[in-house]
Amino acid sequence: MKKYIYALVFVFLFACSIIGQEKAIAFINARIIPIVGEPIEQGVLIVQNGKIIAVGDARTVRLMANLETIDMQGKIIMPGLIDSHSHIGEGSGADGSSPIQPDVRLLDSLNVRAASLQRAQAGGITTVNVMPGSGHLDSGQTLYIKLRDGAVKVDDLLIYDKAGNYMGGIKFANGTNSIRPGGGNFPGTRSKSAALVREQFIKAQEYKAKIVKAGDDKTKMPARDLAMEALVEVLDRKRVVHFHTHRHDDILTVLRLQKEFGFRVVLHHVSEGWKVAEEIAAAKVPASIIMIDSPGGKLETVDLNYANGAILDKAGVLVGFHTDDYITDSRLFLRSAGLAVRAGMPRDKALFAMTMAGATMLDLQDRIGSLETGKDADFIILSGDPLSVYTHVLQTWVDGKKVFDRANPSDYLIATGGYGVGADKYIHIDCFDDDLFGGQK
Amino acid sequence: MKAVASGQLSVVSHFLRLYASRLFVLAGIFSLTAIGAFAQVIDTSKLVFGEPYFRVAIKGETIWTMAGDNIKNGVVLIGAGGKIEAVGTAEQVKIPANYRVITAKVVTPGLIDAHSVIGLNGYLNQPNDQMALDTSSSIQPELRAIDSYNAEEFLIGWVRQFGVTTVHTGHQPSALVSGQTMIAKTFGQTVDEATIVPTAMIAVTLGESGIAPGGKAPGTRAKQIAMLRNELIKAGNYKGEPRDLKSEMWKKVLDREIPLLVTAQRSMDIINAIRLAKEFNIKIVLDGVAEAHMVLNEIKQSGFPVIIHPTMARAGGETENMSMETAAKLKQAGILFALQSGYEGYVPKTRIVLFEAALAAANGLATRDALASITIDAAKILGLDNRIGSLEKGKDGDIAMYDGDPFEYTTHCTGTIIDGRVVSETIR
Repeated sequence: MKKYIYALVFVFLFACSIIGQEKAIAFINARIIPIVGEPIEQGVLIVQNGKIIAVGDARTVRLMANLETIDMQGKIIMPGLIDSHSHIGEGSGADGSSPIQPDVRLLDSLNVRAASLQRAQAGGITTVNVMPGSGHLDSGQTLYIKLRDGAVKVDDLLIYDKAGNYMGGIKFANGTNSIRPGGGNFPGTRSKSAALVREQFIKAQEYKAKIVKAGDDKTKMPARDLAMEALVEVLDRKRVVHFHTHRHDDILTVLRLQKEFGFRVVLHHVSEGWKVAEEIAAAKVPASIIMIDSPGGKLETVDLNYANGAILDKAGVLVGFHTDDYITDSRLFLRSAGLAVRAGMPRDKALFAMTMAGATMLDLQDRIGSLETGKDADFIILSGDPLSVYTHVLQTWVDGKKVFDRANPSDYLIATGGYGVGADKYIHIDCFDDDLFGGQK
Repeated sequence: MKAVASGQLSVVSHFLRLYASRLFVLAGIFSLTAIGAFAQVIDTSKLVFGEPYFRVAIKGETIWTMAGDNIKNGVVLIGAGGKIEAVGTAEQVKIPANYRVITAKVVTPGLIDAHSVIGLNGYLNQPNDQMALDTSSSIQPELRAIDSYNAEEFLIGWVRQFGVTTVHTGHQPSALVSGQTMIAKTFGQTVDEATIVPTAMIAVTLGESGIAPGGKAPGTRAKQIAMLRNELIKAGNYKGEPRDLKSEMWKKVLDREIPLLVTAQRSMDIINAIRLAKEFNIKIVLDGVAEAHMVLNEIKQSGFPVIIHPTMARAGGETENMSMETAAKLKQAGILFALQSGYEGYVPKTRIVLFEAALAAANGLATRDALASITIDAAKILGLDNRIGSLEKGKDGDIAMYDGDPFEYTTHCTGTIIDGRVVSETIR
């Protein structure tokens, strides 16, 4: 009997794997919000081998033969949500030994089986910038991940650039979180915070100068220094600085540092961004903001403003949203757009902020963030208007594979909560679990 | 379920004496808090000075009275005493000439936050404005909430702008017995002006949150219950002399004058609370109850009402098994419940019950039941349903106004009225 079941399972999985790899899937009769371009009332989305191969109006998109079609019955398809600042996956970064630790990588700490990753899938999030905390001036290197299913190691979630390197930024913070009066070598004031950061970047400039001077002569290269290597990547504008900053003066300090050292930066939280919107716009620096129900909770957030997104957007700043999960729940990420629109942000800009803006902040604007031919098949299916409280994420797809389905009882439980949901992840045995079959990708 | 805490509690009249100078101070506070794209400061010129109370007529396209069916194109009249004079259709209720007329798309009773810590814990979250927990002892029923309540704290004004008119607030759920709770309107410059019930309940916390730090008692669940049983047994022998503030409060609990507000997240803690209540024949209100969905029958049989955790509470620690559908399941089981903003240690410093009810409505609870959980059902649990929670003749003139479905993210609260006074016209 057991053998018989095994055989059946094998046949099932084999069939699945053929479908997953070969057959294109067409989602028809959908209302598509592509983000780039106007919403399509009678839309078709076709995906194959993890990519979008066609998207458009039902009257113009040609359905090829040998195609699996799924009738969306008027439901909404939009790009997967991009969370540019999250702490899911129980990751860690710098320890208490010093305030600036550029050598530390979140990569080395992510728990791919954490329940929080599943909750993010249930919230329609497909790509995440997972960050270490804000208790340091620099708490280490961040990690850009895709919320693929069935991961057994962090490598299964990584995103690689054209050169074949996994992608991530670096986390910096200013203001009160990283100030620890009497905390050894940690700063006690804002001025000291800035001075310590400048000192490190000047060191990195010197380190870089030695590398440039050495040219092709390997014998003249400086000794390897992991911290300096990371900061040189920052100086070379290869690694984006994700800067935690709340108060208006702290935001301007970030802009001052950015100007001095020329790095690329994304402002995070930016609670008082609305007070210095023109300055942020002039610096051409994007802002990843968070929507919080009430001001306060710490001195730097007493002037939180629901209209932050609206005001920054109006000033011309590229605005994105983030969960800062565990501060807000990844399952409720879409709420950010709803509340921002409540306070005057245009609807299309709010949805752009949930998707393309985040993609741009992570240098992934050519691959994700919108529904366009050639982009990754990362998308979500919604029961209704993305800005409505009554709307549920019905399905989440990453690289053309379904990673969350509200119709599946165990996924439903993750979406709503209940007994056992807090427990960390089991491995799905489903169609797309490549790793159980020799890891072919 | 008979409502608790009514009758026996002394109810302080909170009607406000309103002076022009105070209004300007208020207008100043509002202008500070309302900077932004949608900022609107109270237009004091619209307010009638020299009258103790306002006469207001609220016209609504839809009026959720929460006492019977909704009224289409209705009117709520609030008279000079701050009480509702009439509720009905525009044909039934004629608006007298000297009434200020306010129009809204959707009108509901003023919202009731069934459990909060605002007024005691300020929004700065600094030691000098966090007054909801004293850690010197695990059992302090004598700590009165009114002695810490800052009626002008920022967060009170904040939730008022979303339609919240009444809060049940007090000592936070972080010690076995952290102190008393109170009920206040979200308006007034002093605690006496704001308070409607000075001592509402006594806050008890079971489970992991109620464990004392640093090796102090209680260190276990069993110790928690043993300590509470000892206190109640001791208080049973208390004769009133010499005076003892702790025993006086426990006596009121034993006499069923004051209920315990028992925060119990795990199912075993919920069961412990019910067992304790039965042993001493005391009134309790179950609070938090993240695992209520696992012991629905037991809660139902106990007859005790529930103030459930915020729908958006973080799932972790002893709330790891919480569900956004618990409110719907409580309703289905026929258990009286209300929603709460709860206690927050960090950001956001307070939640807004309107949003918590909205998400419950998105997760299986009917719209009417969700609204009831922050109006009439909350009033029942607080023992104030004779006075607030629905729009009926003779009740307090507490109103929230919206420009659409109150629960939608993109809808705004357009105004809030407390005892007939327009206390917020900020568009939120």
